[in-house]
Amino acid sequence: MKRWLVGLLVVVLVLAALAWIFFPSPREPLPQSTSTLVSTATLRDPALIARGEYLAAIGDCAACHTRKGGVRYAGGRSLATPFGNVPAPNITPDPDTGLGRWSFEDFWRALHLGEGRHGELLYPVFSYTSFTKVTHDDALAIFAYLQSLPPVRQASDEPSLRFPYSLRRSLAAWRALYFKPGVYQPDPAQSAQWNRGAYLVQGLGHCNECHTTRDALGGLSPDTLTGGQIPEQNWYAPDLSANPGGGLEGWGTRDIVDLLKTGQSAKGAAFGPMADVVRKSTQHMTDADLDAIATYLQSLPARPAAVAAVSHVSFDRAKGAKLYADRCADCHGADGRGVAGIYPPLDGNTSVNEPTGINAIRTVLLGGFAPVTAGNPRPYSMPPYAQELNDEEVATVVSYIRQSWSNKAPAVRPSEVGTYRHTPID
Amino acid sequence: MPCAAAWAAGPTPAAAAQPVVPDTIQQRIKACTTCHGVHGEGSPGSGVFPRLAGKPAAYLAQQLGYFQDGLRKYAPMEYTVRQLSPAYMEEIAAYFSAQEAPYHPSPVPSVSAAVMERGKQLVERGDSTRGIPSCVSCHGERLTGVEPAIPGLAGLSYDYVSAQIGSWRTHTRAAKSPDCMAIVANRLRDSDITAVAAWLGSLPPPTDMHAQPADPERQALPGWCVANAGAMP
Repeated sequence: MKRWLVGLLVVVLVLAALAWIFFPSPREPLPQSTSTLVSTATLRDPALIARGEYLAAIGDCAACHTRKGGVRYAGGRSLATPFGNVPAPNITPDPDTGLGRWSFEDFWRALHLGEGRHGELLYPVFSYTSFTKVTHDDALAIFAYLQSLPPVRQASDEPSLRFPYSLRRSLAAWRALYFKPGVYQPDPAQSAQWNRGAYLVQGLGHCNECHTTRDALGGLSPDTLTGGQIPEQNWYAPDLSANPGGGLEGWGTRDIVDLLKTGQSAKGAAFGPMADVVRKSTQHMTDADLDAIATYLQSLPARPAAVAAVSHVSFDRAKGAKLYADRCADCHGADGRGVAGIYPPLDGNTSVNEPTGINAIRTVLLGGFAPVTAGNPRPYSMPPYAQELNDEEVATVVSYIRQSWSNKAPAVRPSEVGTYRHTPID
Repeated sequence: MPCAAAWAAGPTPAAAAQPVVPDTIQQRIKACTTCHGVHGEGSPGSGVFPRLAGKPAAYLAQQLGYFQDGLRKYAPMEYTVRQLSPAYMEEIAAYFSAQEAPYHPSPVPSVSAAVMERGKQLVERGDSTRGIPSCVSCHGERLTGVEPAIPGLAGLSYDYVSAQIGSWRTHTRAAKSPDCMAIVANRLRDSDITAVAAWLGSLPPPTDMHAQPADPERQALPGWCVANAGAMP
């Protein structure tokens, strides 16, 4: 029934998209020579450029707009989506392959309205659903910084999306459903610090893009920051409420700030895509901004208590205990409490208990290092077990961990381990 | 009971119960040593995880960077090194470079005497008719590598050597230009890869396993590779 409804929805959307293609509404004409609106002198202001550099780091622009081993901001990284791959473009000021011919007004339209320089609709893998909340002043600073970079000549590939997503105008229907342009409006009932945190989380930091569930069409659920599986990457970005029932329940300001600043906290470590975010972005935030984010996350509402999941998955608990004692307990402790600042606790760990089990499965398979940051330049690491343990053993030890101490998450199946064993890394 | 005493004497019960974690590089890099061995001895049994002990530090650090930059493609290594800084990678490389671990023979498939002879020829003299330099001309007379950045081949398994030469041909392993080994790998026949891997995999371990010092008279990379990627050695 549900599948049938989704199918109908897709047909309706395709028809709507086709209508847009054949009966396009008149485009708003682009102002001529818009570069005169913001003077060149303004864009060369060193203070503005420095502020833009900081904001571009918070926005983590380089994460997408840089390919592996490539020049920062020169584009080329291919972003996988369920609808096809979209390469992130070159945003250095090269006139032919980058933003060299862009005015600030062009940039503002892209960031705020999700429209390209020629009025084309941009694919929302560029997170304008969040960036629309960025203020005009901050956007100007980011643009000034990007325009100050050395131009790099590097053409961007075309997106390779499946029909009908390959038709840009089909985005009109998507945007009607999921995109509401508008700069962040401060809540006068809240403190300046809270508002700063909300602005960074909901806007420039674009946390919702991973930490909120997406539906079959890639739209974000209105229940923001309640956690979600990241499409294609197969990691679970947990709920971010620090109140009862939330993914960060029990996290104090110190824990949130530590994780974002150093990659490690007494409650858990950053790994997978969040390790990238910490290393490239959040470790560079000022303490004031980190405190603001912590204040905001601690104000998110309590979440409804999870209904005790009826699990039909059974596992050999004794075997799980033996695997845990042999492979895990040396670092994470027989009591699952870890070692503060070195090895994260597993008891009560949000990534151990998240609904899907993906994070625990993949962490056991991949191991790895916490991110290197200024605050943690020589992190400890976890061995990968993909080579040593088979699917059944990984499922057994993960199920054991998810149902030990205070943990009450559902057990996982060996077939799930088999699936995530083969998820591409990047 | 010592446990009870610790419990009573410790500042908090949690602190007393916590495992003691040594502040050593060995402890920090468990993600590396679980496959490559505590001393970088590799995995002689399977041959999949190469020996790191004694390889030039600059070479090891460079290769970690190549996994980060996408020049070398192997998902578990790409994930493991992804979050590391150049400084930390250099420290890890220096650790493995300084290790002296005994060699362990790895299994070698049984090949004919003629194949072994071809392997010996390629390793020691190369094949000038096909423009293939000998292994020893770059990797050192003892095949233990040459400082600063040419790795040893002694102690590598048949499986590892053949897989690496293959990966240069399929572009899952590369070096920053000039990529000398890509040139060599593409001049080898499939049968040459078997031959060279079998000969290298069956060599007795050298008595001195350190990389040879750099020869001040010579360039770090061979002239035939640097000057003209297509030229004869």
